[in-house]
Amino acid sequence: MITFDSVSKRYPGGYEALTNIDFHLKEGEFAFLTGHSGAGKSTLLKLIMQMEKASAGQVFVNGKNLNRMFRRQLPFFRRNIGVVFQDHQLLFDRNVFDNVALPLMVTGYDSREAARRVRAALDKVGLLKKENQNPIALSGGEQQRVGIARAVVNKPVLLLADEPTGNLDPALSAEIMNLFGQFNQVGTSVLIATHDLGLIDRRKHRVLTLDNGSLIAGNSATVAVSGHDE
Amino acid sequence: MSRQQSVKKPPGKKSAKANTRAAGSSGQSWFGQLFQQHQSVAVDSLSRLLQEPGASFLTWSVIGIALALPLCLFLFLQNLQQLNTSLDDAGNISLFMDLGIDEQALETARTQILALSEVADVTVITSAQALIEFQDASGFGNALDGLDENPLPAVIVVNPAIDDIESLPALSARLETIAGVDLALVDLDWMRRLYGIIAMAERLTGGLALLLCLGVVLAIGNTVRLAIENRRDEIVVVKLVGGTDAYVSRPFLYTGIWFGVGGGLVAGILAITAFLAMSGPFARLMALYNSDFSLSWLGVSDLLTLLLVAGGLGLAGAWLSVLRHLRQIEPS
Repeated sequence: MITFDSVSKRYPGGYEALTNIDFHLKEGEFAFLTGHSGAGKSTLLKLIMQMEKASAGQVFVNGKNLNRMFRRQLPFFRRNIGVVFQDHQLLFDRNVFDNVALPLMVTGYDSREAARRVRAALDKVGLLKKENQNPIALSGGEQQRVGIARAVVNKPVLLLADEPTGNLDPALSAEIMNLFGQFNQVGTSVLIATHDLGLIDRRKHRVLTLDNGSLIAGNSATVAVSGHDE
Repeated sequence: MSRQQSVKKPPGKKSAKANTRAAGSSGQSWFGQLFQQHQSVAVDSLSRLLQEPGASFLTWSVIGIALALPLCLFLFLQNLQQLNTSLDDAGNISLFMDLGIDEQALETARTQILALSEVADVTVITSAQALIEFQDASGFGNALDGLDENPLPAVIVVNPAIDDIESLPALSARLETIAGVDLALVDLDWMRRLYGIIAMAERLTGGLALLLCLGVVLAIGNTVRLAIENRRDEIVVVKLVGGTDAYVSRPFLYTGIWFGVGGGLVAGILAITAFLAMSGPFARLMALYNSDFSLSWLGVSDLLTLLLVAGGLGLAGAWLSVLRHLRQIEPS
């Protein structure tokens, strides 16, 4: 699903966020991406989303070489990836339903079919009753769940999450992790960037660990030992 | 989707394409979807403008006033040209015949002139008819009664079939050589001046219209730029979930069209008001010239053209703005 081949990312000004990263995430795999803050987790996710371009090396996502992708192909590429952001990135000028429907709207979905899918996604995250509310009226956990519903509504093949539990208490965090697990069980590949080691400890999933822009653990496809620390 | 076997080998391209297709699937035809999208975006853009009636009305007024000036000039010119055609006899050549010419010679001259290809039509005014007309129009009736014989020559009024007034003198000279014709008269100077004034006014209107339309395009472009800035978050999110450039720009292009159309409406209302205000004094002026010429109004087709042009200008402004600013907004 994701292949990084000697990938480096240097920002203008010389700061090297990622150095020579090699790893492969298999289709249907569930992995964590961890490391101290500033280790390059967000940059790595941005490279996968094509929000940034690699300075060196090659990134393959879902069968596409991102170095060879034209600007006009980008939207179609992104439609196959669901992203959950720490700050939710919800739009407060519309209700929950319309927020979740956005990925379907941009692809020109028939509105009835879209409504069916949106309700299914909201049902999955337990917010079906709040579809008409403005997301600003929801709690942090609920907003995050709206963000997750939006990320999965068009059944992406890959789900990315950047600190999805950053502002949530442990109970809510566990709940959200369960959601990700459920999506993974139906075949979606999942990559979650988090520094919440407690979250990782309870699960037997592969852990990719970044340290100062280098991948120091988890680059082999075998399941890493849980309770990893650095 | 194909399973990836090796770590470094770039996976096949098929899977991504298949997924893109699947994501866009629905029962509707491609055209039906597009129409539905456009419709909802158009309605949404308009309702966004109407949600801020104050600001929108201000923009519409600016555009309307900018468009009203060339519009009024254009209408004025159109009327002037109509006045010109109603004064078309000015382009006629009057042939004053020899005094005392007999009816047969007059008829011969008439057929000879009509045979010329440059001549569309002729009107014969015999000296008797000329006398009656002169008595009616001039008020010299009684004085003429005192004369023994009719001092007026017969006149053949030639309506040329040529548009170019510059070739009238040549025709006039040729007509003068026909037997029985004493003098050919064509008042060119007056017509030249009128044509000159009209041509200048047309240029002026054209230049002004061009400048003001450019102003409208820039004003709408700038307003749309503000709209883009206001919806920056939304643009970022839409781009993140896979909205194409076309999808992202659509609401702003419609916003531009609505600004243009609204401005066109304001311009139309202003022009009609101006004409209403002018029609009274104009009618009195024309009455002084014994003319029943009246101002022609902004017709329905003119109004539709105006709205179309204004909408086009709005689209152009929005497009410029979208081209410049929308690409700069990228998720980061």
